[in-house]
Amino acid sequence: MTKEDRSNVASVDTTQMPVIGPGHSFASVTDKISSIVLTHRTPKGWFIGLALSFSLVMILSGAVGLLLVKGVGVWGINIPVAWGFAIVNFVWWIGIGHAGTLISAILLLLNQRWRTSINRFAEAMTLFAVMCAGMFPLLHLGRPWVFYWLFPYPNTMNVQPQFRSPLVWDVFAVSTYFMVSLLFWFVGLIPDLATLRDRARSLWGKVIYGALAMGWRGSARHWHRYEIAYLLLAGLATPLVVSVHTVVSFDFTIAILPGWHSTIFPPYFVAGAIFSGFAMVLTLAIPLRKFYGLEDFITTRHLDNMAKVMLATGLIVAYGYLMEFFMAWRSGNKFEWYMTMNRLRGPYWPVYWGVLLCNVALPQLLWSRRLRRSALALFLLSLVINTGMWLERYLIVVVSLARDFMPSAWGMYRGTVWDYAVFIGTLGFFVFMMFLFIRFLPAISIFEMRTLLPEAEVKGEAKEGVKWKEGQPSTV
Amino acid sequence: MSVSDQKLDLAAVRQRLGAARGKEYWRSLEELADTEGFRELLHREFPRQASEWQDGIGRRRFLQLMSASFALAGLSACTRQPTEQIVPYTHPPEAIVPGRPLFFATAMMVGGIAEGLLVESHEGRPTKIEGNPDHPASLGAPSVAAQASTLGLYDPDRSQTITYLGDIRPWSAFLGEAQKVAASQQASKGAGLRLLTETVTSPALVNQIKMLLAQFPSAKWIQYEPVNRDNARAGAMLAFGEDAGTIYHFDKADVILSLDADFLDCGPGHLRYTRDFAARRKLDGDRSEMNRLYVVESSLSNTGATADHRLPMRPSRIESFARAIAAGIGVQGVKIEMEPSHSEWIAALARDLQQHRGRSLIIAGDYQPPIVHALAHAMNHALGNFGNTVTFTAPIEAEPTDQTAALRELAGEMEAGRVDTLVIIGGNPVYNAPADLKFGERMNKVKLRIHLGLHHDETSDLCHWHIPEAHYLEAWSDARAYDGTVSIIQPLIAPLYQGKSAHELIAAFGNQSDKSGYEIVRDYWKSQRVSNTAGAAGGDFEQFWRKALRDGFIENTALPAKQVTLKFADNNPPAQNPQSAIRNPQLEIVFRPDPYIHDGRFANNGWLQELPRPITKLTWDNAALISPATAERLGLAYEISSRGGEHGQIFADVVELQFQGRAVRAPVWIMPGHADDCVTVHLGFGRTRVGNTGNGAGFNAYTIRTSDAPWFGAGLNLRKTGERYALATTQLHHNMEGRELVRSATLDEYRKQPNFAHEKEPAPAKDDTLYQNFEYPNYAWGMAIDLNACTGCNACVVACQSENNIPIVGKNEVMHGREMHWIRIDRYHQGDPGNPNTFFQPVLCQQCENAPCEEVCPVGATAHSSEGLNDMVYNRCVGTRYCSNNCPYKVRRFNFLLFQDWETPSLKPLRNPDVTVRSRGVMEKCSYCVQRINAAKIQAEKEGRAVRDGEIVTACQGACPAEAIVFGNINDKESRVAKLKAEPRNYGLLAELNTRPRTTYLAAVRNPNPELEEA
Repeated sequence: MTKEDRSNVASVDTTQMPVIGPGHSFASVTDKISSIVLTHRTPKGWFIGLALSFSLVMILSGAVGLLLVKGVGVWGINIPVAWGFAIVNFVWWIGIGHAGTLISAILLLLNQRWRTSINRFAEAMTLFAVMCAGMFPLLHLGRPWVFYWLFPYPNTMNVQPQFRSPLVWDVFAVSTYFMVSLLFWFVGLIPDLATLRDRARSLWGKVIYGALAMGWRGSARHWHRYEIAYLLLAGLATPLVVSVHTVVSFDFTIAILPGWHSTIFPPYFVAGAIFSGFAMVLTLAIPLRKFYGLEDFITTRHLDNMAKVMLATGLIVAYGYLMEFFMAWRSGNKFEWYMTMNRLRGPYWPVYWGVLLCNVALPQLLWSRRLRRSALALFLLSLVINTGMWLERYLIVVVSLARDFMPSAWGMYRGTVWDYAVFIGTLGFFVFMMFLFIRFLPAISIFEMRTLLPEAEVKGEAKEGVKWKEGQPSTV
Repeated sequence: MSVSDQKLDLAAVRQRLGAARGKEYWRSLEELADTEGFRELLHREFPRQASEWQDGIGRRRFLQLMSASFALAGLSACTRQPTEQIVPYTHPPEAIVPGRPLFFATAMMVGGIAEGLLVESHEGRPTKIEGNPDHPASLGAPSVAAQASTLGLYDPDRSQTITYLGDIRPWSAFLGEAQKVAASQQASKGAGLRLLTETVTSPALVNQIKMLLAQFPSAKWIQYEPVNRDNARAGAMLAFGEDAGTIYHFDKADVILSLDADFLDCGPGHLRYTRDFAARRKLDGDRSEMNRLYVVESSLSNTGATADHRLPMRPSRIESFARAIAAGIGVQGVKIEMEPSHSEWIAALARDLQQHRGRSLIIAGDYQPPIVHALAHAMNHALGNFGNTVTFTAPIEAEPTDQTAALRELAGEMEAGRVDTLVIIGGNPVYNAPADLKFGERMNKVKLRIHLGLHHDETSDLCHWHIPEAHYLEAWSDARAYDGTVSIIQPLIAPLYQGKSAHELIAAFGNQSDKSGYEIVRDYWKSQRVSNTAGAAGGDFEQFWRKALRDGFIENTALPAKQVTLKFADNNPPAQNPQSAIRNPQLEIVFRPDPYIHDGRFANNGWLQELPRPITKLTWDNAALISPATAERLGLAYEISSRGGEHGQIFADVVELQFQGRAVRAPVWIMPGHADDCVTVHLGFGRTRVGNTGNGAGFNAYTIRTSDAPWFGAGLNLRKTGERYALATTQLHHNMEGRELVRSATLDEYRKQPNFAHEKEPAPAKDDTLYQNFEYPNYAWGMAIDLNACTGCNACVVACQSENNIPIVGKNEVMHGREMHWIRIDRYHQGDPGNPNTFFQPVLCQQCENAPCEEVCPVGATAHSSEGLNDMVYNRCVGTRYCSNNCPYKVRRFNFLLFQDWETPSLKPLRNPDVTVRSRGVMEKCSYCVQRINAAKIQAEKEGRAVRDGEIVTACQGACPAEAIVFGNINDKESRVAKLKAEPRNYGLLAELNTRPRTTYLAAVRNPNPELEEA
């Protein structure tokens, strides 16, 4: 409770909880975080988790192998439902990948300092989620080996992509997002990599971390350049948070299909993405802080704040549902209205009601402060929201396609075992990458955490000027 | 992969090669992934890894690699290569220009009745069947069965060798056997020789058989096929005291009553009848009159679906209904017993018929007992229709017999051991003879059994000799059409296997056993010619023969009209007829031939198996059809599986049908409009020995079909088993959900408001688009489909499949909702499920001017042509399937797996060389037969003119017996299609979405009887 002023800056939270536990010094922060990577004995649980997730990666490779050998027909897709799990998962993963950049870039620019302890692994999560997401549009192609035809590359036949198609925009949006997120994450890692380099005892550690640290010596010039680069990247990444999911939503809104063709999709997709992204951050952060004893760094305050973001974005999503319903009624369009009624009462009714339960009804529990501060409750709720958002994408993709304009062509879709295998496989890949990340890189930004300490406060510099860069110490 | 791994591969490969010598299956439903990999391995010049070992190949490594490559190269040299003789023409045949198809006239028989065909032949291999426009039975439209017959020709499951007790024998061995039979039967004058054929109309074959019977006077010739016309024949005997062929003239009929007759979809002359009937329902130009069709039937047929008034009725009640009508229109001495419920209907119908004396027509279905046929004749007579809408000829069969009775007699003789030699020519009696005759069992008592058939089937299994039959596209023959017109059946290709025709088989027993089919048929007609036109011969015959072959039929061979006198007296009062006497709601069983695989003979034809049945849209299976009310009463239902849903897998309750002590298990299908308290089952399924495609599809309804109830019978017991069976359907949903998809009105409404189709959904203005409108400076292709003419027969679907190399996908994939047909016939019901109005709507690519598919393709694989086609560029398609998602018509089809069979050698010549054979992972769809458009454009350009109207006929258009589909250039305001599009009834499907479809529909108009409308 020492720094009430900073807490005030950091959030609208009136409860004045700290963003870092008491009793930490520069050294203790560095020790604690770097020890996970360098000195701690790797816990048994890590190996077990890695093995389990790796076996899921093997399922993924098996499922993808079969897919490539036989064709997308091993999935349950058909005519009329020509997009299934692949696109559902793509949108879901991209959505999850939103939280990282949001936390790193937007909250950085908005000076929300509580973000510091969660931004690193949220960014990593973003990268891995976008990797998972990126697999699906490739794999779902009928002929994945010619995926590069979606890029405008020079070729002798002078054939170029068809730029009216949102799928082409998607290619640019997602690849840009991935590149910028990767750079942002890596640039942010450099000072910490240098710390690891300096503290590493093994030769390999020194060499690898040293190479990755790119010669960081912590000089004032380094810090100056670093700060400019980081700020620029944050500025670059910020519009991307909004643009990626907007473009993803164009995949649907540009089509004429009832249930897709809707102008509310871009904001509602972005809100949904943040909603699910924060849910995923919680899903990962809560076990992480528990197993590695990081309660001091990822505090109840963080949980509380993230819960509030979820509540807010959840309400935007709920508003989106309401507006879709209203527009279907107000437009007087019989196809739209049938689509809405079909969601409520058609063969896929459990999906729609599931979405409402998971994304609208249950998140209202977050109004309760007690619940917002209960790690267990938030963990469970984050799982519920992740499920709900997956179902929402299923609702949009599959249920809309199943019954469109011509009743004679109506059909249904259900995932086959290979649909599930690929989905579970990407979950495994995601967790696998997270395990590797936690083990080999500092999951929490060391140098930024140090700025949160009272010692970092440069005396006399004004509260109003609390900059993201204030009091950066050099590496120890 | 190391070299040692490759050695392991070689071993596996050799093993595969060894196994491949067996039967090559045409379309196994499991994917042949391992085979693919292997093929690729063989076809690549170097093993896969060779190109990837780029760095550091030392000398030893190089040698290892090279030796592996040589080993593989040697291996691919050892594969079984097809023996191909690539001898070029030293003197090229005059007519053959490589790449240009030739057309030959021939004819195909189903049930002995010919339909005239033109067969497209590419470099000597028949690929596509068209109708012969000059032939009276088709007037240019081929039937579904005929169009699918090319696949039948190239079917890899056809029997390929002559076998004796399973061992391969040469033809000469069989000739020896046949001569031995002839010698041994000589003494008894053939008392032990029986010839079993299907219905024969072929003059040359009849002549041969008669000569054989002259040689062996005690031998007998039996004709039998399960779908026969015994009832019609007996009905004629009852009415006129003699057999007669009946010919209907729908062009002259204003009011038509069908008594369980599906005259639009099966039976002799149905193509011609459809043409004449549909012509009287078209309202384009200044035509404002329509005929009116009443149908009384049990199971909803295409004819019933097209009707203006339809009454579902158990088949046994139709007799009493016919009596009531007969009494109503004043046929003398008819005894009536009719429940009062339909009295209004009957009264109105009778009045309508009487108001159209001489212009009305009453047709009895072949499935109805003779008395109904006799009543129909009497009614037509009373209405003065004889000589107007109905005429008579001598029967077209040379020897019409009561086929069921003849087979029963044969079975009795076999049982008694009086048959030494049974020669079965075509047909499959072991499978399809009435169950009570126990034909298969009794056949074992015959000493020598010989079977000629296309497949080594159930009958061949029980025969000593099996002779592969030559397909009609491989052999010479002749046959009569529904009106008696004779066609010479000329082959398009030499027999692919060692097939023999019926002519050659019968000749084997005579003196000229080495005579070829060609000589037999030609000599017969030569002799006819000589005897008919005494004096003229020789050169004259050559002219006659050439003309007959070129025309596809022999002029003036239609049987002359014959005067019949009605001798009908109703001395067979209703009570005596056991079947109509049953009044309690006991269940009745109704047997019908399958609309596509007929009596089972086409069961191995994948196109026909996968063709959705007109009303049920079932594929690959038959089912026990029942009405919704009966299903409810019996507690039977189905469940839509989420796998494919309404467009895929349906779990149906399985029931056991017990009839006359025999039982069969069948899945139940609830059919709106089916008559209550009866169950319709289709014949032809449940084959066990036909081939890889047909084996095991559906259940065998012959197992409960007896000779005394060939078409229907009361006393069916239905037991629910509690099991469920997965059926594959392409359209379960039959409700339009209030959308204006099929727009319809009554004739009165149409006259009052010709513009009725546009009242509810006006199309948006042309400029309502973000993008620039396209210009079409030269041609603008368009299509108009008259929903008033469409009878839902599916001929267009199979025509498209044949023309465009469309693969079949198998039941499993249909259940996934992945069938590949480029055109589908949507079927909608409207109103009371007990007796709904039914509409058909062929839906193909609408070729939108504002195409939703084009905008969303990321690689531009579907693009707009300068003539308004939405072109599909297969080799550019990456398979995102976005185009299909954005297509409101859902007419795009995707190759989810490798559906096309790239392996089976015999299927390769089947394909249309002008159309790309698509592989896995690409989207495809209707192209308006762009290959035909381009062929016509090239021709026109060479001749320095524009393409003429009607010069381009799309495959679906050419196949439509009702001429419901018209294609042409809409820039030419004088073209037929432009004129149809100017009709007030013309509307665009979902045009309110601003897709501006090039395919438009002429709204349906029904012509109900105003009296009944009000009631």
